[in-house]
Amino acid sequence: MSALSLFYAGISYAGAVVFFGGLAYKLIGYALTPSPLKIPLTPQPASAAGVAWKAVGSILSFRALWNGDRWTWVGGYGLHLVLVFVFIRHLRLFLSPVPWPLADVQPFALLIGALLPLPLVYLMARRAAVDRYRQISSGADYFALALLLLIGLSGLSLKFLFHADVVGIKEFLLGLMLLSPVEVPEHPAFLVHFSLVLVLGFYFPFSKLIHAGGVLLSPTTMQADDAPDVRHVNPWGGQ
Amino acid sequence: MAKEKFEIPSLEDALDTPPVRKGASGHLKIHPAPPQMMEKLGFPPALVEGWQKKAVDKLGELKEKYKSLKMFMEVCVKCGSCADKCHYFLGTGDPNNMPVGRQELMRKVYRKNFTAGGALFGGFARAGDMDEAALKDWTTYFYQCSQCRRCSVFCPFGIDTAEITMAAREIMDSVGAGHKYSLEVIAKVHDVGNNLGIPKPALSSTLEFLEEDVKEATGADVKFPVDAEGAEVLMITPSADFFSSPHVDSLVGYAKVFHAAGISWTFSSYASEFANFGMFIGNYAQMKKIAERIATVARDLGVKRIIVGECGHAWRVAYGFWDTLVGPFDTLEVKRPVHVCEFTNDLIKRGALKFDKTANDGFTVTYHDSCNVARASRMGESPEGQFDIPREVLKAACNKYVEMPDSVNREKTFCCGGGGGLLTDELMELRVKGAAPKTAALKRMMDEKGVNMMAMICAICKAQFTKVLPYYDIPMEVVGGVHQLVSNAIILGDK
Repeated sequence: MSALSLFYAGISYAGAVVFFGGLAYKLIGYALTPSPLKIPLTPQPASAAGVAWKAVGSILSFRALWNGDRWTWVGGYGLHLVLVFVFIRHLRLFLSPVPWPLADVQPFALLIGALLPLPLVYLMARRAAVDRYRQISSGADYFALALLLLIGLSGLSLKFLFHADVVGIKEFLLGLMLLSPVEVPEHPAFLVHFSLVLVLGFYFPFSKLIHAGGVLLSPTTMQADDAPDVRHVNPWGGQ
Repeated sequence: MAKEKFEIPSLEDALDTPPVRKGASGHLKIHPAPPQMMEKLGFPPALVEGWQKKAVDKLGELKEKYKSLKMFMEVCVKCGSCADKCHYFLGTGDPNNMPVGRQELMRKVYRKNFTAGGALFGGFARAGDMDEAALKDWTTYFYQCSQCRRCSVFCPFGIDTAEITMAAREIMDSVGAGHKYSLEVIAKVHDVGNNLGIPKPALSSTLEFLEEDVKEATGADVKFPVDAEGAEVLMITPSADFFSSPHVDSLVGYAKVFHAAGISWTFSSYASEFANFGMFIGNYAQMKKIAERIATVARDLGVKRIIVGECGHAWRVAYGFWDTLVGPFDTLEVKRPVHVCEFTNDLIKRGALKFDKTANDGFTVTYHDSCNVARASRMGESPEGQFDIPREVLKAACNKYVEMPDSVNREKTFCCGGGGGLLTDELMELRVKGAAPKTAALKRMMDEKGVNMMAMICAICKAQFTKVLPYYDIPMEVVGGVHQLVSNAIILGDK
């Protein structure tokens, strides 16, 4: 196996460990940190099922952002929607054989996924253009958008500019997944794309991108408004 | 009113997003708590040696004790949805009064000390040390947040700036930098039993005076009992209700409701305060200690239930926190506190109260949702009871009732500008500016709908609005309590 392949195999496994391990570490850490008092943001359902149902609606619609800033909602919702299709588009590289519904939606997923640069550029411009957002934006905020943009552009170049050997890429990825690595395709654009994804994997759990998991554990939105009926004990409150 | 040296915001555009004006409210400072007061509450008398590190250590301790704090430090994506939702930002334009801007004052320190990115790439990630400049920002802008939770309504992750402000104040207190106003109030509760420092003789004579007053006005023997053993109900109300105007008119209303319903009740001189400023300073032990007076009295007097008066943050503490802090209330028949609006509304629904609504015909009434009632509690069984029940009471007592626009109503209500421990004279400029959004909505209601009464159920809102509305040439008489209007219209029997 070439030195390059060894390097990529090693760094891919490291990336996977950091990404999944980091996610688990952060989310379990959140879940285990106590909530001394009940602090649901009201009005809020009194039952766990009611809260779950409301949360599904909030997450699928980005309701709070919709109510807070429509123009940012357009960019933020657009970005996440496109990312779903990018994910669908990439699943075929990790599944063998590709199940039929997934195979059928590929052209559509490509069509939507190819729009990825649009919301990213829009959100970056919005940060720079509106005085409030310029004020709050740090290098790290632009970095997250820029990283995704570079990943998107390099990925699109594989499809439209420097045609990559999809079969070879799939063999490489499946090899990694099945713990029997094969040679990495020595296609420069692919190596750029894949390297950037690894950077994202390392960065994700320890940056604001953790919001993806954090949204499921936020005490204000996920606690039920059940104070009158359910006794809540503060684990460090003493009695 | 041109006696102040600051510009009064125009109500024309007070609800619009202002341009960012850096440092616009940086000059507004709190009065620091004097050393003996700090010590009395168990805090260091003055800024301690090595406070920089101790503050960071305290932040590290709190993030492991509060899931809210840890998550809210880490999951913000800075989308900006909250940026123009704070009344203090709308009133001042200061970017540190954007909720995210305020949160960032703590996140800077958090990133530097508790994240790899912040430690490695300080400037890029906007990480910074806990230093003189940071402390100056903290002592300024964490006392320009009224903990109203309006920002979190618009946050995709429900990030609640109130939690961050509370933690910041707890950290500052712990290294010896406290705010005089809140600590003074808390000290009075411990010494005398209430925020105003009213001793029992003064309380009793006030209540006797009220009895005579009501007797004269109505001919009915409405009682205002104190420390009456064997009473069915313990009434806990903010101490402002005993002495301030218009608060006292609602207190008379409570007494009339009890009288008309024929239910025995009592105030307590030991627990003569509903407010709990322990929440404002984010100090769990103080919050618990203040609540303990009430739990103790409830057990000692052997009452069957606790009914609480018109106070916003205290209702949050009672509804959401009492049971955790000092419960369970096993000696009571009704184990959770009942809001006086729930109580009155139940009586109305049962037909136990009668009203002469024409007594309020001089008023066109609207209702101001107070933050902590709206966004941090509930009344009754329905998830929106905290909005509907006070309105039902008002409609039962008044013929002319109109609603505020949706954008400033119910969970989207604006703070009065004086909540969260900011109801103090040195912050008058902030209070006037922070009141601008809700005042603008009120002014529109006055001009378009002829509103001349804004009813509310919060002692701080009442005190704040009566003080700041005159700056906008609105008479303080438009401020009233829900039970003030009940008091006007209720028909008293001969009980």
